[in-house]
Amino acid sequence: MIKHSKIPQKLETNQPASLETAKELGLLPEEFDKIKEILGRTPNFTELSIFSVMWSEHCSYKNSIVWLKTLPKEGPRMLAKAGEENAGLVDLGDGIACCFKIESHNHPSALEPYQGAATGVGGINRDIFTMGARPIAQLNSLRFGDIHQARNQWLLKGVVKGIGDYGNAFGIPTVGGELFFDECYNVNPLVNAMSAGIVNVGETVSATSYGVGNPVYIVGSATGKDGIHGAAFASKDITEDSVNDLPAVQVGDPFQEKLLLEATLEVIKTGAVVGMQDMGAAGIICSNSEMSAKGEHGMRIDLDKVPMRQENMKPFEILLSESQERMLIVVKKGREKEVEAVFEKWDLNCAIIGEVTDTKRLEYYMNSQLVADVPAEDLVLGGGAPVYHREYREPAYYKENLKFNIDQVAEPKDLKSVADHLIAHPNIASKRWVTDQYDSTVGTATMTTNRPCDAAVVSVKGTDKAIALTVDCNSRYVYADPQKGCAIAVAEAARNITCAGGEPVAITNCLNFGNPYVPEVYWQFVGAIKGMSEACTKFQTPVTGGNVSFYNQSSDEGPVFPTPTIGMLGVLDDTKTLMTADFKAEGDLIYLIGESVNDIASSQYLASYHNISASPAPHFDLDKEYAMHQVLKQLIREQLIVSAHDVADGGLYIALLESAMPNQLGFAIESEEGIRKDAFLFGEAQGRVVVSVKPEQQEAFIELMATSETEFSLLGTVTSGDLKVDEEHLGTVKASKSVYQNVLHEILGA
Amino acid sequence: MKFGVVTFPGSNCDQDIIDVLSKIMGQQVENLWHKNHDLKGVDMVILPGGFSYGDYLRSGAIARFSPVMQEVIQFASKGGYVMGICNGFQILTEAGLVPGALLHNANRKFICRNVYLKPATSHSLITSDLDLNKALKIPIAHGEGNYFARPDVVKEMEDRDQILFRYCDEHGNVTAESNPNGSLANIAGVCNAGRNVFGMMPHPERAADPILANEDGLGIFESILKTALA
Amino acid sequence: MKFSAEINVMPLKEILDPQGKAVTGSMKNMGLAEIQEVRIGKHISLVVDAENEAIAHEKVEEACKKLLANLIMESYEFTLKAL
Repeated sequence: MIKHSKIPQKLETNQPASLETAKELGLLPEEFDKIKEILGRTPNFTELSIFSVMWSEHCSYKNSIVWLKTLPKEGPRMLAKAGEENAGLVDLGDGIACCFKIESHNHPSALEPYQGAATGVGGINRDIFTMGARPIAQLNSLRFGDIHQARNQWLLKGVVKGIGDYGNAFGIPTVGGELFFDECYNVNPLVNAMSAGIVNVGETVSATSYGVGNPVYIVGSATGKDGIHGAAFASKDITEDSVNDLPAVQVGDPFQEKLLLEATLEVIKTGAVVGMQDMGAAGIICSNSEMSAKGEHGMRIDLDKVPMRQENMKPFEILLSESQERMLIVVKKGREKEVEAVFEKWDLNCAIIGEVTDTKRLEYYMNSQLVADVPAEDLVLGGGAPVYHREYREPAYYKENLKFNIDQVAEPKDLKSVADHLIAHPNIASKRWVTDQYDSTVGTATMTTNRPCDAAVVSVKGTDKAIALTVDCNSRYVYADPQKGCAIAVAEAARNITCAGGEPVAITNCLNFGNPYVPEVYWQFVGAIKGMSEACTKFQTPVTGGNVSFYNQSSDEGPVFPTPTIGMLGVLDDTKTLMTADFKAEGDLIYLIGESVNDIASSQYLASYHNISASPAPHFDLDKEYAMHQVLKQLIREQLIVSAHDVADGGLYIALLESAMPNQLGFAIESEEGIRKDAFLFGEAQGRVVVSVKPEQQEAFIELMATSETEFSLLGTVTSGDLKVDEEHLGTVKASKSVYQNVLHEILGA
Repeated sequence: MKFGVVTFPGSNCDQDIIDVLSKIMGQQVENLWHKNHDLKGVDMVILPGGFSYGDYLRSGAIARFSPVMQEVIQFASKGGYVMGICNGFQILTEAGLVPGALLHNANRKFICRNVYLKPATSHSLITSDLDLNKALKIPIAHGEGNYFARPDVVKEMEDRDQILFRYCDEHGNVTAESNPNGSLANIAGVCNAGRNVFGMMPHPERAADPILANEDGLGIFESILKTALA
Repeated sequence: MKFSAEINVMPLKEILDPQGKAVTGSMKNMGLAEIQEVRIGKHISLVVDAENEAIAHEKVEEACKKLLANLIMESYEFTLKAL
């Protein structure tokens, strides 16, 4: 093996990079000093570029890691903990594991919604199958500004088409998601994509590299100049100018991704793979450094051997390119032929670009000329990447919100007008305009296509098990009170999984915030982390990983609502325990489980009917919520209820309507004494679930409920189609459904 | 019965149909690789859904030239049974094995949802055992499923009873509102003049397992077995 | 000899062109009602190696008929240029 000294004149350029260049690449002066210290000399431009992307927020989590480390990561089911692998790995029992993760693609989608969203879908799926798991379900969480604005409609249409075209061709069902509109997202939409895959325990592959002399392969698409500096770009505020950075957006090729999926899973079966990592943000350099640091080895790479799509690419361009649908694979020496045969079969590029060394350094050559020489460990999170404690400060609005009192809001006389307003609100109405564009039935395992359910449930073929998945975050609550609001997001996710008949087991998170250097923004971040920790500890749902997206703010509009999207995984050991959300028959009894509260804070009703935005997060009691879930599980297990649907956005009335619509049924209920009717019907106090019970099971139901401390009350009965509250006629299911189903179509067209 | 399910690069419903044929219907299934010329002696070839070769030029246009398709075309010309579902139907039209073409959906969007199908004839292998008065609930999932053929061709197909399925409402009424993609005369599935090649856009294999709470598609597979084995 | 071919593949006149229809509609919304009958097709460029222009023409013709256009729904035209 050739040993290379680190003599600067052997490098591509004698010109050491300047502090100015470092700043242009987004590095701080103290970071530039630290790089010089690490190298013992001034870096050249290629090396500086390497550090700039690896030390960007996107790759290093430098402004968030201190707090991320406080999240609960332990749990009996955890096979790979947060940060250890590309995605979290959870034991489902019987030798089956689920690998799942959520990731943001906000900034690329703001500039080019179609490709931005498409490549987000591609990236998250590669994170799953690079571990050896076959994706079986995808979800997404989308947030846009005012839907009536033309730009937001353009963004929404582009994002949805991008997700659809990529995910549909890739051939994995998109089974769930959320869509929310608020003016705070006018400049910065949020696009979070989630994927979950299944793998046999013990058949996973790690993102590592070791074994001196083992060949390093790059496989999949050829490398072009797309997305150069994309990672660094993602860490900058969006300004008018950054629209001119358009080449930073990459183009996705779902066909290549599908081939890469099949070839990757096939190559793992050969047993010849040492380690593997996909190439997303920061491309080759990111996978080289992370795998080498993890395996405590080095690499010698000939960049000219990388299959290239464009001519005359510079070393830094090859290293940083974010061309999609590529993988880096370290293979056991002597097993090259087996590996190459698989990629040949799938007609994919497969090239040896270097080998593993014992130097713990990454040495890059271009036409036999050394062009960069950096220590792997110093580039990565947990190694030499910087870690910052950011200042945080409670914003003035927080205390203002707490002054809110329900008595300041006049109770509307006409409840029907509120109901009609909410049904026709884009945040409440059916999202079928969006979901019909996603293939949700490919894979023949989506159990919730024909069964309305609070979570998406996907059967694990070849077993009796199913996984339940949901993404949740009411960012209005998180803005009002980050700690409580984020705990609510976790609780709502757990409630959805529980209503579906599943057992919540773990979460992944996508933390979308503004600029972390703004103390009031960082306060939101810190609060959200604390709330998430609290709730995840309570629900025993460890955090398996995820993604942080800062800088979702523009200079004129300020930051988006703090949006810590929670992606939760639940498990059904037997698919038979699946519980549906729809009322089954006229005459069934409707019960509310959980307590009614005189609260309208942060509700959709308060925000859009009264146009009041200053209020605290809604009522929430973590302990009571948890206890309620336990009794709900028991009701489902003992088959004492025939439907369960959680009370969320739009309150009890909307929950009832959503249960009524699938089978064209109605409801007649009575409100509770001592609680304002608007709060009873449209308030969003947490910890409540609407269930329906067969009359013949009423006694057994009451008996079981009486053994628990969870409050419950009889609301009324399922009717043939009338929607009645205290004998007041608020509509019919037919009329309400026809509005609810078509709100987005009316705004966005067919 | 021995079925052959072709896997093209980009096929993504191949495993789904294999699962239904082998696990639900209990039949023998061979997976046929697009680069091979061997049909492995199967009784019927299924071209599954997906995005063969990325569907980049036109859906099915490139797949039609793959090595295995040369054998499938031969097989069909000798009267062998061939069925194309979704992308498979698109490939069949590109190969000229069934008449017509599949254009972009009228609303220019990919559509995935349950639709209802009215079997138009019992006189075909895949509809032989279906109740002509019952609407089948079957999902569609396509961006290019808008069936088109010249009026004289459609006329000829109607005269020869080559229309197999029409989109309808849940009560079986063939209406403009129940046409999801703009297909001419609500056509959802057809066969060739020789009645041995069948194409349909909806996915019966996605409605053939109790776990999915919809088994309306089973009748199509049962028809095949009953008639072919009779 | 090498020739470059510039090929236009267009949806047949009698076929609904949803993309074209949508763009025509948005032209009107943009205040460009004068612009009508937008139709959207594909432009394909390729290089063909052939002894002479007649053979090149023949090859491109074959490519169009067999693969690049589907004559049931599309028409094509092209120009050739010696490189």
